[in-house]
Amino acid sequence: MLEATAITVSYGRHQVLDGVSLTVAPGETLGLAGPSGCGKSTLARVLALLQRPSGGTLTVDGQPISRWRHRARQRTSIGLIFQQPRLAVDPRFTLLDVIAEPLRAARRPLDRAHELAEEMGLTGELFTRRPHEVSDGQLQRACVARALALEPRYLVCDEMTTMLDASTQAHLVTRIEAYRERTGAGVLAVSHDAELLDRWAGGNVRTWRHRPDVVVNGSGGRPEGTSRDVSDRRIATRPNAEG
Amino acid sequence: MKLHVEGLSVRFRLPGAVVQAVTDARFTLDQGRCLALVGESGCGKSVMAHALLGLLPANAAVTGHAWLDDLDLITAPEQVLARQVRGRRIGLIPQSPAAHLTPVRTARAQLAETLRELGRPDTPDALARRAGLRPADLDRYPHQLSGGMAQRVANALALAGDPPLLLADEPTTGLDRPLVDATMAELRRLCDEGRSVLLITHDLRAAEQVADDIAVMYASRIVELASARAFFDGPRHPYAQGLLDALPTRAFTPIPGQPPELTRLPDGCAFQPRCPRATALCEEQPVLNEVACHHA
Repeated sequence: MLEATAITVSYGRHQVLDGVSLTVAPGETLGLAGPSGCGKSTLARVLALLQRPSGGTLTVDGQPISRWRHRARQRTSIGLIFQQPRLAVDPRFTLLDVIAEPLRAARRPLDRAHELAEEMGLTGELFTRRPHEVSDGQLQRACVARALALEPRYLVCDEMTTMLDASTQAHLVTRIEAYRERTGAGVLAVSHDAELLDRWAGGNVRTWRHRPDVVVNGSGGRPEGTSRDVSDRRIATRPNAEG
Repeated sequence: MKLHVEGLSVRFRLPGAVVQAVTDARFTLDQGRCLALVGESGCGKSVMAHALLGLLPANAAVTGHAWLDDLDLITAPEQVLARQVRGRRIGLIPQSPAAHLTPVRTARAQLAETLRELGRPDTPDALARRAGLRPADLDRYPHQLSGGMAQRVANALALAGDPPLLLADEPTTGLDRPLVDATMAELRRLCDEGRSVLLITHDLRAAEQVADDIAVMYASRIVELASARAFFDGPRHPYAQGLLDALPTRAFTPIPGQPPELTRLPDGCAFQPRCPRATALCEEQPVLNEVACHHA
């Protein structure tokens, strides 16, 4: 289990998350929906051990997390895929370097990078290209391959396909679901797109509905009662809305 | 107002390669209509918008015509584009409004500057009210605006010169669904006011909400041009069918393979390697007649 309990995060004086709990079980795909600025991405960063929360606990398969960012021991058990691939890669790396980076850091055989790239549908001539020479879709494929390189027990996909066309979106989701079925990993899919999450997670979706300047009807074509609503939690509003 | 694009092509010269970004585009956009140009990232759709505004870099070679009433945007000198077209006859609704605004100046200062440059008598407050903003919101800096407010400021800037044609270049990137819906409703309202909107997007669901007509672009060419209703009921080009089938509300299956490089486009149909219906006929480039496919 990837288990977050009563997570609180503040940026300066602004509290972004206030006592949020969330559990991802192995083999499960859980969708987390909610409008921009409701704190989804912050929670994703905490779950990926990239950000130390100011309160609450996180455990990975029963082990409590005490060290964060580069010092996190369970770093390799959680893979994270970001919304904007261009901001998530070193622009000097080739696509193959991007995919091989975690293998190199963990001292694993580097030839696995080729297989990963091919599994993601990247063709040979793209391996030596740098990020500015490929499309967003191709770069995000490399980022997914990178996230899968060390076979993480949990995958956090934060708005992974927002920038991409429908076909690339369907392709990436299919690859991640195949990985989940093969390895029994747990997947947390974070998005504001309720229709996507409903399809991807088969209705296993939690929805946050707090946001100050927009009235959210929250239906998104999803039948009532298929999602576990957590709107009763107090999710603090985004800082800039208080002006 | 009528925009008539006729045989528009854009090539970029790179060391050792030529990028065919737009090839022989042809379409007409009438007053009060919304045409959505859809396609995946890198298919050339944003280049088309920039070509219409004369904003391409120096290594771009543009051929063909884009008639805005009786003015050819492609051959018009920079001075004409700067003084008569941009902001006055064509407004640009940008991708990611928050990044489009100058971060160190308030929304009011930016609206006032735009109105002054365009020589408009309006006040920023009046303009803001028309775009659905409270005048008090204008005293905020861009980082103090929520996504929805930043979008409305960007819309207000695009509308400052009262242009009859609006180019919306991926206006919904990074917005959540309620904001996408609000943005699309706003574009629809602008059409109903009598303006024309050219919407460039990869988001088919956003296009469905607002467009009268759909143009599908693949590997630099428009491959299908249809009314929105006909398109969403049953697209004819195999690529368009694949795109719709990939939606999570439909089959959610990807199109096999990947699009070709714009530096190495095949002589025949560019979709042929990924197409379930490909035959020897596809070695020859199909001509666009509502749909550019030998089998549709």
